[in-house]
Amino acid sequence: MRHIISVIVENKFGVLARVSGLFSSRGYNIDSLTVGETNDPEVSRMTIVVKGDDSILDQVMKQLNKLVDVIEVVDLPREQSVRRELCLIKVNCNSGTRTEILEIANVFRAKTIHIGHTSLIIQITGTEEKINGFINLMEPFKILEVARTGVAAMQRESKEQ
Amino acid sequence: MKLTGSDIFIECLRKEKVEVLFGYPGGVVIPIFDKLYDAKDIRFVLTRHEQGAAHAADGYARATGKTGVCLATSGPGATNLVTGIATAYMDSIPMVAFTGQVPMSLIGTDAFQEADITGITRPITKHNFLISDTSKMVDIISEAFYIASTGRPGPVLVDLPKDVSTGMIDFEWPEKPSIPKGYKVVKYADPSVIKNAADAIKASKKPYIYTGGGIIISGAGKELVTFAERINAPVTTTLMGLGGFPGSHPLWVGMPGMHGTYTANMAFTDCDLVIAIGARFDDRVTGKIEGFAPNAKIIHIDTDPAAIAKNVKVDIAVVGDAKAILEQLLEVVKKRDRNGWNDYIDEMKTSHPVTYDKKSGTIKPQYVVEQIYEATKGDAIITTEVGQNQMWASLFYTYDKPRRFISSGGLGTMGYGFPAAIGAQMGKPDAIVFDIAGDGSIQMNIQEMATAVEQKLPVNIAILNNKFLGMVRQWQELFYGKRYSSTNIELQPDFVKLAEAYGAHGIRVDKPENVRSAIEEAISIKGPVILDFIVDREENVWPMVAPGAALSEVMEGLF
Repeated sequence: MRHIISVIVENKFGVLARVSGLFSSRGYNIDSLTVGETNDPEVSRMTIVVKGDDSILDQVMKQLNKLVDVIEVVDLPREQSVRRELCLIKVNCNSGTRTEILEIANVFRAKTIHIGHTSLIIQITGTEEKINGFINLMEPFKILEVARTGVAAMQRESKEQ
Repeated sequence: MKLTGSDIFIECLRKEKVEVLFGYPGGVVIPIFDKLYDAKDIRFVLTRHEQGAAHAADGYARATGKTGVCLATSGPGATNLVTGIATAYMDSIPMVAFTGQVPMSLIGTDAFQEADITGITRPITKHNFLISDTSKMVDIISEAFYIASTGRPGPVLVDLPKDVSTGMIDFEWPEKPSIPKGYKVVKYADPSVIKNAADAIKASKKPYIYTGGGIIISGAGKELVTFAERINAPVTTTLMGLGGFPGSHPLWVGMPGMHGTYTANMAFTDCDLVIAIGARFDDRVTGKIEGFAPNAKIIHIDTDPAAIAKNVKVDIAVVGDAKAILEQLLEVVKKRDRNGWNDYIDEMKTSHPVTYDKKSGTIKPQYVVEQIYEATKGDAIITTEVGQNQMWASLFYTYDKPRRFISSGGLGTMGYGFPAAIGAQMGKPDAIVFDIAGDGSIQMNIQEMATAVEQKLPVNIAILNNKFLGMVRQWQELFYGKRYSSTNIELQPDFVKLAEAYGAHGIRVDKPENVRSAIEEAISIKGPVILDFIVDREENVWPMVAPGAALSEVMEGLF
């Protein structure tokens, strides 16, 4: 089962290595990991997608909590959180296929951010499922490159509210 | 006041009441050593290898309960600490390790004697720091000591670049010590959890108390005795927990696990409730997980939430300090009378004692340990190396008090016992200290003889010399058809001459009738002594649960 864990950490030297090292040294697999500053520049948020049963999730959360630089660890259940990912796709095109690609992109509310003679770069934002679906539809046109950010997620209601 | 980083470092040690520092100098820490030269109130112990410094700091911490401190230079000095840091980490020992580092401007350039020691020690420290600026030194050092000694203790490494220790700043003590933001320590548990535990204890007909090093760390010995007597439950203490509950108490059943007693292991198999306190269900204790405590509910009390339900399924998780939780339990738990369970346990203890062949006419290693026990009236500090010597020291010496048995439990570090004995003796100058050693292990840090002689420490080393790497040989005998691959170490130094070469005493003992008098002679000698006991070469450690077997399959020796 896939879980999305939100980890609030002190924005300190080496904290990313501590978190990723914990996963590798204990044999847990990370599907994706995103990290960035929050509104407080001393604090960063990591969003980690991890696969495993409940006992693995329980250990991951406890081990993360043990790290001195970790301030808070939250498991984000699907129904109580929003999840988004951004993806850039460079796809092969010619005058015959360009319009069709743009139409599909339009349906997905994806943005075209570069148009060249032989390729397009499309930016799509959404859930992983939506992005997977879009990539799937682009396959026949020959995908040249894909860059995904990994999932960022947030609880719908904050505890404070 | 203008001070250099090295001055501030010394002031920080004073503030943390550091009395002894173990270490070894080197290029980038010369500025610090230059200040130590004048700091007469901080005793610096020069070991002969950085690994010895880390183990000595660890032994000092285990013997005293204080935080052990060591100091090494960058690069190889720092990497030589690694085994000692990992040893302390596995056994939750409070330690602060300081390492020199190349100047900030050279970090990452593969400079001379540069090693990324914070990177290397990340998985084996509770936390580590690289001080990037002299102004951060006070906060970081106070956080390091705080983290090392609170909650589940552990080693913390602080890396000191040379420009940080030589940098000069306007110095003022902060108003209060810095505490890391995300660091939490839970002491007491919620009363509802305590009630659940108390209900389970009340419902149990066959309760069994399983305790580990946590009892010693939190100083919960008295509460544990009161608790065990209140509910009349048999008590087992792990290797790390020896002395946490008096070994001569009638409720004690010995150590559990691979070389645990028959009773301690069968009690797990037969009990209906395990009350685990400050113990972590290590694989050497549980044996095959499927066969572990098959009929029991498990209450797990531990200060580290991550230790709970890591290895076994737990029915009632209680997070908190062992002493605090026992106090909470004592408020609600009612007296439980003895029943058939107690009779069954007592009968097993009588019919399955831990013993050995006492009529061989040769020196049995177990006999040596027993004689050390009698000669020291059970009040010595015993350190051990790792292997058969460690198991005999745990099985044939009775520990009635905490901090008397000092041994590398989790990591199983050969070469630990002797430097740890040096640290223990530094912390407890009046104690009689014995390192119960094997002829293999003792050679791993034998260079510390110079340290012991120089510091005039009356540390005694009892080598149980079988000219084998005995524990591996035992496995080869039992499970590998006696194919003694690389375990015969007949080529070895003359340990008596070796002791003398260092300016210490050496005594060789090859007859059982001389064992006791040699031990007493060693105790009477003021400086370090090596006792070289020529023991039965192929003696085995019994009882034994074979690797991968269940605890109920415990094998005993045939005598």
